[in-house]
Amino acid sequence: MSPTVEAPRRRLGGPLKLAIPRGALWGETLDALDRIGVDTSEMRGDSRSLVFDAGGMSLVTMRPSDVPTYVESGAADLGITGKDVLLEHTDRIVYEILDLGYGACRMVLAGREGDESLGETERRLGGMRIATKYPRIAERHFEETGHQAEVIEVKGSVELAPLVGLADGIVDLVATGRTLKENGLEIREEIASSTARLVANRISHKLRAAEVDDLVERLRPEKS
Amino acid sequence: MIHPIPPGTRDILPDEMRELRALQATLIEVFERFGYGQVATPTLEYDEVLQRGEGRSGVGAYRFFDERGELLALRSDMTIPIARLVAGRFADAQPPHRFSYVGNAYRIVRPQRGQVRQFLHAGIELLGSPAPEGTVDVLEVLSASLDAVGLNRAVLGLGDADLYRQLLTELGVEGDHRTRILDRLAEHNLVGLEMAVDDVEGLDAHGRETLLRLPGLRGGAEVLDQARELGGVAVERATQRLQQTYDLLVERGVAGRVQLDLSLLRDLGYYTGAIVEIYDPALGHILGGGGRYDDLVGRFGSAMPAAGFGLYLERVHLAQMEEERLTREGKE
Repeated sequence: MSPTVEAPRRRLGGPLKLAIPRGALWGETLDALDRIGVDTSEMRGDSRSLVFDAGGMSLVTMRPSDVPTYVESGAADLGITGKDVLLEHTDRIVYEILDLGYGACRMVLAGREGDESLGETERRLGGMRIATKYPRIAERHFEETGHQAEVIEVKGSVELAPLVGLADGIVDLVATGRTLKENGLEIREEIASSTARLVANRISHKLRAAEVDDLVERLRPEKS
Repeated sequence: MIHPIPPGTRDILPDEMRELRALQATLIEVFERFGYGQVATPTLEYDEVLQRGEGRSGVGAYRFFDERGELLALRSDMTIPIARLVAGRFADAQPPHRFSYVGNAYRIVRPQRGQVRQFLHAGIELLGSPAPEGTVDVLEVLSASLDAVGLNRAVLGLGDADLYRQLLTELGVEGDHRTRILDRLAEHNLVGLEMAVDDVEGLDAHGRETLLRLPGLRGGAEVLDQARELGGVAVERATQRLQQTYDLLVERGVAGRVQLDLSLLRDLGYYTGAIVEIYDPALGHILGGGGRYDDLVGRFGSAMPAAGFGLYLERVHLAQMEEERLTREGKE
């Protein structure tokens, strides 16, 4: 842990601040909050607000990939985000305290169906070209498995890259695999599996221990 | 024209400098009052000396060759240089030795994280005084220092660096499994911890429960009772060490701001026994840390028990400002 220059400001006291991910985990996260008696009807409406008070907490809504940033600084005490986000942002120091079980998906390496260009470029050119929105996960995977690859970061639809020849394959998150199929891509390797996780700021986890533990117990999924 | 300075470094202007200087003066006054004389050591050391203290590589001190081809490094904390100094120059003197310091130390940064390469560190080292008295002496100075700089709400997290190493040995967990479990504990990744523990073959249900429940235990004296209920030799020894320390802290009137925390694992290689982290409710990051390092001075050839703490002064300064602001807002 190194000190940061950026002012990590926070206010103790007052309601716990919980960072809520918009996007793919939004619906199931609100369902999970409903189950522990937090009223999410206002959030489900068409409000443009970013911050909601409900269930004795302050719910702060944001992009899933911003959750570790807010929680690390203490701007949010706790947050919910995908394991994929945590794997991509391993340099953010947050405590991963609970597997919420929902939002299951897999990080995979995919190539064009029936096309051997992945293997061929690696054999003949010494490395494959991989497009991804998760450059750090992709680089770590190729390093660990001993493959050489040129990782190309893209921001938008990553399936496009192998179709037009930007890359030989992609590393991306799949839930059902439908998007891959529709774009003529198939899974070659599974890199990691992901579900939604509850993360905590390290100081909040210490100084608001009772409230944090109480929320963890309420959110803990029943063992199936 | 603007000439850049390296990322993670900064210039300090008079207003901030004045406040930082006042903060240092306050701390040094407290250290002196408790008998800790200030020392200064070189910013540059031989890399071999710092490595010897660290007991492992990869701390990320900046290294370079001097004009004679010697490998030098910028110090990454003040504890190792002071251990070197005491082992070399006070080997025959009657312990305990009490030293304080204020100085810059250097650590590597990750890009685009707003991290600092150079940070101002202030603290004390008490050498030649064993646990629990030595630990309590140090924590008493720490508590007085926090009060003196106006951080009356600051909390000391107190844990034990040997707990998990001894527990894993007792449970017969070795090799990769051991490393993985210690890594997950250091990250405080409870989801990953459960997976790592479940991968250990032959671990009984009780051992599993102990490993998974201990890192959640933090709070007052009741935490030690909850830990004892889990049983086992390693847990018994660690709770006994913590209990002795805690009882003395109660006598000194410091226990009120201490949180016993069985999840603590400091990431420096030289800690043994009691370890401490410092929190302020106004800040999302730790203000500093410390603990016992009973083996460190021995690595420099003069074995003696020791303990100390260090505060990140820039963060203490920030916490002061936030606390002042909260007080001001509270009054309005």
